[in-house]
Amino acid sequence: MTVLSLSKALNEGMRKAMEDDPKVLIMGEDVGKLGGVFRVTDGLQKDFGEDRVIDTPLAESGIIGTAIGLALRGYRPVCEIQFDGFVFPAADQIITQLAKMPMRSLGAIKLPVVVRIPCGGGIGAVEHHSESPEAYFTHTSGLRVVACSNPADAYTMIQQAIRCDDPVVFFEPKRRYWEKGDIDTSSSDWWAPFDAAKVVRRGSDATLLAYGPMVKTCLEAAAAAEEDGRSLEVVDLRSLNPLDEAVIMESARRTGRVVVVHEAPVYNGFGAELAARVTEQCFYHLEAPVLRVGGFSTPYPPSKLEEHYLPDLDRVLDAVDRAFGF
Amino acid sequence: MTLDASRGAQQEAPPELVQLLTPEGERVEHPDYDVDLTPEEVRSLYRDLVLVRRIDLEAVALQRQGELGIWASLLGQEAAQIGSGRALTDSDMAFPTYREHGVAWCRDVDPVKLLGLFRGVNHGGWDPQEHNFHLYTIVIGSQTLHAVGYAMGIQRDDASAATIVYFGDGATSQGDVNESFIWASVFNAPIVFFCQNNQWAISEPLEKQTRIPLYRRASGFGFPGIRVDGNDVFACLAVTRKALEAARTGQGPTLIEAFTYRMGAHTTTDDPTRYRVASELEAWKLKDPIERVKAYLFKNELADQEFFDSVDEEAAQLGADLRRRCLALPDPQPLDIFEHVYREPHALIDQERAQFAGYLEGFEK
Repeated sequence: MTVLSLSKALNEGMRKAMEDDPKVLIMGEDVGKLGGVFRVTDGLQKDFGEDRVIDTPLAESGIIGTAIGLALRGYRPVCEIQFDGFVFPAADQIITQLAKMPMRSLGAIKLPVVVRIPCGGGIGAVEHHSESPEAYFTHTSGLRVVACSNPADAYTMIQQAIRCDDPVVFFEPKRRYWEKGDIDTSSSDWWAPFDAAKVVRRGSDATLLAYGPMVKTCLEAAAAAEEDGRSLEVVDLRSLNPLDEAVIMESARRTGRVVVVHEAPVYNGFGAELAARVTEQCFYHLEAPVLRVGGFSTPYPPSKLEEHYLPDLDRVLDAVDRAFGF
Repeated sequence: MTLDASRGAQQEAPPELVQLLTPEGERVEHPDYDVDLTPEEVRSLYRDLVLVRRIDLEAVALQRQGELGIWASLLGQEAAQIGSGRALTDSDMAFPTYREHGVAWCRDVDPVKLLGLFRGVNHGGWDPQEHNFHLYTIVIGSQTLHAVGYAMGIQRDDASAATIVYFGDGATSQGDVNESFIWASVFNAPIVFFCQNNQWAISEPLEKQTRIPLYRRASGFGFPGIRVDGNDVFACLAVTRKALEAARTGQGPTLIEAFTYRMGAHTTTDDPTRYRVASELEAWKLKDPIERVKAYLFKNELADQEFFDSVDEEAAQLGADLRRRCLALPDPQPLDIFEHVYREPHALIDQERAQFAGYLEGFEK
């Protein structure tokens, strides 16, 4: 076991993938000498060369479009989009080409492309650097969408994403890049597929459904609730498309109360899908409607206000209180 | 040069056009480009041109009779497509738009497979790797980036191959096309950008896309650009061959602007009489890509009437065969909706497929 930060865990995971398969490439803006603005690709160009760790021109559509071409030639590109708010110039290539080309070919071609996106707020950044665009991609058939929440998962999930023959949009919780955790880098015995959800805290009174940066917030909320005598279960979804419904529904039926937590705006957010599915499948087990906690229906605010925008421990517990009020 | 002088310079120097065969069928020389074709090879090019025009005419007819939902005609662009298509070697890779039926022909894609997309039975019915001919791409210009990425893969494989990507005059306004120029230039990718300037992007004439001849755009990106008579199959073949060879030997990208004309509508849903004058069409008819090869073959006694009749007969049979096989294309089944969305098992698709199958079974009881 070694202790690594989430960003270093991703780095080690990519390094392992590159060692295992010479077709794995890294590409993006500043991923070479600089090691990425968050240093997630630190040292990889030095060790694998400029042909495998490619500093690209500054154009996101170009990054994804050329990654598709490299994948057609048999490569496995791992693309870094520098910030969540910069993915939109690439949205056309991701949505109309990357997601749809395999079906267009009637299965003749595969596109094992990973699109890494640092996501979410909480780092005091300027506009366009704190977004949560996951719902745009979960709504696009042909993509797998996953989000890691901790270093151990980051290490395994990035390797699983790279090995996957489908395109994967890989969300990284940027404010958790510096969180540390134990990782067994000597083992490739992965505990579960990367589209499996995980109960990260057992509880009996209510279920918190979260992913990416909000998992830690929910764990903190659950710890605080325990002091008040409430036992909250926390489920880390890990995969948003597909969804591990078995784990989610089992928990919902057992606790009877569900609160969904994400940073993205609640309105039309991914939580709406979760609420609808839990209601459809667990209606007679629920003691309260599924409640949602998330961002407001506003643009992401200036950083001086982000602590009011982002769900925190108190906002989560307030929703739990409301769930018990029914 | 001052800014004002530079502004004036944009208007200077009429564009050069590489031409090896005049509209009248006269062979002309060019100092930099030549083709040395045997009579058999010229007859073969003529046959290609006639057959792809026949495929196109049959497809238009099939659309008019309701057998295809839509069709994008190549009429008038046969020489650009056959000339460039026949310049490719087996290991080269081609990325088309949705109008490159002539290039598909050169890559041995069965014409009936082109119809699946337009008939609505699939979104693209051939294996790109089998033919080194990518699927039709409908979003304008997207494929230029795929082609550059593929060319970067060729570089990493240290292979002796080139990539060619097709797009139109309208596509040159797209961000993706401009990004692909930058990428190709910066990475010195082995690629040929083959722009068929057919003068019209649906209803918008060339001047809505550019103030300079399109081939001159290349110089700003740092690689050569050239304009070729797109209705001259010899010139298209010669220029593309040279550009592909440059790409294969590490000399980087080339932009070829094939100057041609879209003789038909943009697609079968379009009505060009609303936006262009008949005299323009008449003028371009005199530059027909097939008639000039026929005239050349006649004048030089490289083919007799029997040959032309045999090609016409082959074309008629090809058209009839295409029609028969189009009508025989099996309709997809409802559960095919869920096929090939993902390569690996996907719980949501499996769930929805099972639910929909159960729903459909309900009607059978």
